[in-house]
Amino acid sequence: MMQSQEILRLKEIARRTRRLIIESVAEAGSGHPGGSLSAVELVVALYFHKMRHDPKNPRWEDRDRFILSKGHAAPLLYSVLAQAGYFPLEELKTLRKMGSMLQGHPDFRTPGVEYCAGSEGIGLSVGIGLALAAKLDGKDYRTYVLLGDGELQEGQVWEAAMAAVKYRLDNLTAIVDRNGIQQDGLTESIMPLEPLEAKWKAFNWHVIQIDGYDFEQIIDAYNEAEQTINRPTVIIAHTTKGKGISFMEWSPQWHGQAPKKEQVSKILEEMGLL
Amino acid sequence: MESDVQMSGTRERKRVMGDMRTGYGEALAELGSINKDVVVVGADTTQSLKTSLFGHKFPERFFNIGIAESNAVSIAAGLALAGKIAFVSTYAAFIPGKCVDQIRNAIAYPNLNVKIVASHAGLSVGPDGASHQQVEDIATMRAIPNMRVLAPADEYSTRRLVFTMAESSGPCYMRLARPKSPLLYTNGDVRFAIGSSNILRDGNDVAIIACGLMVSEALDAADTLAEEGISCRVIDMYSIKPIDSDAILKAARDTGAVVTAEEHNIFGGLGSAVAEVVCEHNPCMMKRIGVKDTFGESGEHDELLAKYGLKARDIVGAVREVVRAKKR
Repeated sequence: MMQSQEILRLKEIARRTRRLIIESVAEAGSGHPGGSLSAVELVVALYFHKMRHDPKNPRWEDRDRFILSKGHAAPLLYSVLAQAGYFPLEELKTLRKMGSMLQGHPDFRTPGVEYCAGSEGIGLSVGIGLALAAKLDGKDYRTYVLLGDGELQEGQVWEAAMAAVKYRLDNLTAIVDRNGIQQDGLTESIMPLEPLEAKWKAFNWHVIQIDGYDFEQIIDAYNEAEQTINRPTVIIAHTTKGKGISFMEWSPQWHGQAPKKEQVSKILEEMGLL
Repeated sequence: MESDVQMSGTRERKRVMGDMRTGYGEALAELGSINKDVVVVGADTTQSLKTSLFGHKFPERFFNIGIAESNAVSIAAGLALAGKIAFVSTYAAFIPGKCVDQIRNAIAYPNLNVKIVASHAGLSVGPDGASHQQVEDIATMRAIPNMRVLAPADEYSTRRLVFTMAESSGPCYMRLARPKSPLLYTNGDVRFAIGSSNILRDGNDVAIIACGLMVSEALDAADTLAEEGISCRVIDMYSIKPIDSDAILKAARDTGAVVTAEEHNIFGGLGSAVAEVVCEHNPCMMKRIGVKDTFGESGEHDELLAKYGLKARDIVGAVREVVRAKKR
């Protein structure tokens, strides 16, 4: 059992992260709030509990790597990196604007970003490259890759699923943000992914299913992945698109639409995020 | 610009043949023993590409990803992210053919140290037919920021360019041909640098700027034209991006007529790259020899070159035209 104080600390960071996402996307006037809000706890648990990293030394060789393969959740990654100390919180106001270090989709302008995401379906393969290099160099850093569930419709994800097992990459953890919604609607009506657990199992991955908002389950899953040897682990995290903002929840409409600036304080107040 | 390259005459040239893939595979294996950071990613064609030579020597640094080119290219990107010099290879029809997006977003945009080496480019895959005849790769790779593009003319230059690429950090694409081809270089002192070129034969009436196997055709054409009293400068433009603008402009100024030759679509390849330099800085008569925006078909390499107008005699015809036009 985790100490409840640690859970409370993480919950508070998650609350602040949701607020920063809403504020920065509203300020930008465009972006992807839905898929950012759905994976908040998964990423907060990595950067503020699980991962070995040093914001003062972003290129530290032994750091754990996090690859945001679903690059449209950039506002989430930036909000987390800023809070962790990779760059000042004020930068978040420049999201998506000319000259900003915070591009619409993550790239190397931003300290702490490990991969230029944006084109779906590539991140898990890149994670394999990092994990192979770690084994080759005898390093014990771990690589985490966050995938969107809609992203699993990209064939390359399954090419990567095969390769990670061939090379017994137990230092690689994939996390699926299973919010069930993509831009055009429900994943299960656009292009069904189920039976999703059976698919990953058939590819011989170690599969863990969790509630993507329960920090205890999240951290237990990361620990279980770390203890699993000789094969990679995928964590299917059941989530809600737009989580925490009532009218954005379960709404494909809020996949790629920003709230209006004048709505922000009302939204934050209603959701208890102020 | 070196003009003292030792080059054998036509008859001798045809006797000494080389194989670009052997040059690539052997150089890679040699590079692997010098530099422990070199890793090689393959996509099931590793025997054919001869990267298996590296694989036998350094199995722990060799990754055969199977028939999954997008995955192979992206894994190479991940290895480069971790500090490796990643070579990734298969046939040009598949890399870059099938994975321009991954090359753009996972390699070129983050400017990673990945070297893409593709064989069987152009029409040289012959009997396999149009699906395998990649005549667009120079255009697609050249249009991607950060990507450099190389097209060596023989086994020797392939060998040398493997080391040149490894010494220069960042993404690079090198296209190779399938068949054995005449060895054009015999001198170990020749310089091969990204952004440079070599004058293989000097002349004043016209400059023939070629890459890949077409350099050999260009030399044959120059022999024929010499008998007619037309003096040709033949330039091996092995670096297509960045391109040796100085050499091109000097040739345009010295000769006033340029013919390009490549085993690639006339759109977007070497001819386009040379035309961009010539038109902007020193307009002169120009003709481009290449595949005329069409798909190929099954046939022996030589038969295809003849049908699609890429033989020495086609270069001869183009040279006569530009020389005539220049005199008007």
